[in-house]
Amino acid sequence: MKKYKWLVPTLYIIFLMLPIYWLINMSFKTTTEIINTYSLWPQKFTLENYVKIFTDSTWYMGYVNSITYTVFNTVISVAAALPAAYAFSRYKFLGDKHLFFWLLTNRMAPPAVFALPFFQFYSSVNLFDTHIAVALSHCLFNIPLAVWILEGFMSAVPKELDETAYVDGYSFGRFFFKIFVPTIAAGIGITMFFCFMFSWVELLLAKTLTATAAKPIAATMTRTASTSGYELGLLAAAGTLTIIPGAIVIYFVKNYIAKGFAMGRV
Amino acid sequence: MNKTINQKAWYFVIPVFVLVAFNAAIPLMTVVNYSFQETFGNNVFAWEGTRWFKQILLSERFHAALGRQFAFTFIILLIQIPLGIGIALTMPKKGWGVPVCLILMSMPLLIPWNVVGAMWNIFALPDIGFLGHTLNSVGFDYNFTQQPGDAWFTTILMDVWHWTSLVVLLSYAGLNSIQPAYYQAAEIDGASRWATFRYIELPKMKKVLTLAILLRFMDSFMIYTEPFVLTGGGPGNTTAFLSIDLVKMALGQFDLGPAAAMSLIYFFIVLLVCWVFYNLMMKNEAQS
Repeated sequence: MKKYKWLVPTLYIIFLMLPIYWLINMSFKTTTEIINTYSLWPQKFTLENYVKIFTDSTWYMGYVNSITYTVFNTVISVAAALPAAYAFSRYKFLGDKHLFFWLLTNRMAPPAVFALPFFQFYSSVNLFDTHIAVALSHCLFNIPLAVWILEGFMSAVPKELDETAYVDGYSFGRFFFKIFVPTIAAGIGITMFFCFMFSWVELLLAKTLTATAAKPIAATMTRTASTSGYELGLLAAAGTLTIIPGAIVIYFVKNYIAKGFAMGRV
Repeated sequence: MNKTINQKAWYFVIPVFVLVAFNAAIPLMTVVNYSFQETFGNNVFAWEGTRWFKQILLSERFHAALGRQFAFTFIILLIQIPLGIGIALTMPKKGWGVPVCLILMSMPLLIPWNVVGAMWNIFALPDIGFLGHTLNSVGFDYNFTQQPGDAWFTTILMDVWHWTSLVVLLSYAGLNSIQPAYYQAAEIDGASRWATFRYIELPKMKKVLTLAILLRFMDSFMIYTEPFVLTGGGPGNTTAFLSIDLVKMALGQFDLGPAAAMSLIYFFIVLLVCWVFYNLMMKNEAQS
C-alpha cells in the first residue's frame, strides 16, 4: 500500500489542473473554433486573443487597476496591522479580547451585506471609482486577517528579546524596526501573501466600487458576455492571464507557506 | 506568554481600529438604518419598526435560500475535510515533491473568484466543455444549465476543486509539526495505521482542523461570485444561495428595507456559529 501512496496527491493534482488546462486550451483557439468543434488541443493555434488584450487599453488597464489596488491594500493592511498585532501579543489592555473578536467578526461579514452601503458611503466621500476606495474596502477583511496572522508570529517570539533590547538602551522605535521586524520577516511575508491573495481574488466589492477609471480585470471580463454573444476565446485568455500574478507570488513564498500554516493562524 | 498590563497599547491599535471602524461600523449602521425604515428615495424615510424583520423571517423565499445555504455548506464540509486530511497524509514529507505539491495545490486559491466560475462554466458546458462532453459521451444526460441536480453537482465539484487545497495545506502543516519520536514510539508499540492516525495524528491536527472548518464554514456561507458566474443561481432559483439572493434583492430589485433586514439576520447567523468555533479554538489554544 505504501508503494502507491504517491497516487493520491498525483490524482488530486491532475484533477486541479484539468480545468486550468481547459481554460488555457480555449485561450489559444478562436471563438468560432471553440463553439463549432470539440478538441483537446487547439486545431488552429492562435495568439489573437492575447494580442487583443495587450493592445486594447480597456483590457490591459484592467490588470493595472487590479494590481494597483491589491498592492495598496497589502501595504495599508500590513502597515496598520504591525503595531496592533504587537500590542495584542505583548500587552493586556482594556477591552483587548473584545476588540480582537470584533476584528475577526469583520472577516466573517459577508461582502454581499456591505456592497450597497459601501457604494453609498464611498460615493458620498467622493472616493467612488478610485483605487484607494477598493484598497480601503478590502481592509475590511484583510486587516483582521493580517492582525490574526502577525499576532501568531509575534507571540512565538519570546518577550526576553524585547526586554534585552531595552536594557541595551534601544528606544522602542529602533528596537521595533531594527530587531523585531527582521525577526518576524517570514511572518510579514506570509501576511503579505494572504493579503495579496484575498484582495486579488475578491470581485464583488471591487466591482461595486468602480465604474471605469479603477475597474478591475475581473469586472472587465464580464463585458465579453454582452458584446456579440460570448467571446469565449477572449474570456479564456483574460482568465489565463489572471492566474499568472498568483502563480508568481506562490513561487516566491513556497518555502514559507507550510511554515505559515503551521502557526495555525491562517 | 504572560502579558503586561499597559493601557497605552491602545495607541498601537488605533490605526487598525479607525480603518476597520470606517469600513465596518459606518456601513453597518447604514444597513441597520435601512432595516427599520421605508425609503421613498430623496432621503425620505419612514419608521417601519420590525416589519422587515418579520417579513423576512416569515418569507418562504428566505427559508428556501437559507436551507440551500446550509445544505451546500454541510455537503462541502463533509467532502473537503476528510478529503483534505487524506491528501495531506499521503503527501511527500521531503524531496522535490514538496514544493511541486505546494505550488500546484495552491494554484486554485489564487485565481479570482469570477475566473473560477467562468473556468468551470466552460469546463462543464455539455457540448464544448471537457467535463460536460466526457460525461455525456459515457452515457450520462448531463446539463448543468437546465437540470438542478447537475447544477448542484457542478457547484459542489467546483467548490471542492477551489478550496480543498486550503484544508490540505492546513492539515499538512499540522502533520509536519509532529516530532518523529511519536511515530517511533507508535512503531515500537506495534500500533496499526489507524491507531497512529487516531491517537497521534488527529489530536495534533485538532487545532488546524478547527481553523479549517471555521474558515470553510465562513467562506462557503458567504459564497457569491463563483456560483453566480457558473449558474447565475439557476436553473430557476435552485442554486441561489444566501448572498446571491441578497444581492438580487438589494441591487436588483432595490428592496432596501427587506434586504437590510436580511443582511442583519444573515450576518447574525454567521456570527453565532463563528463565536462558538472561536471559543472552541481559544480553549484549544489555552490547553496547548
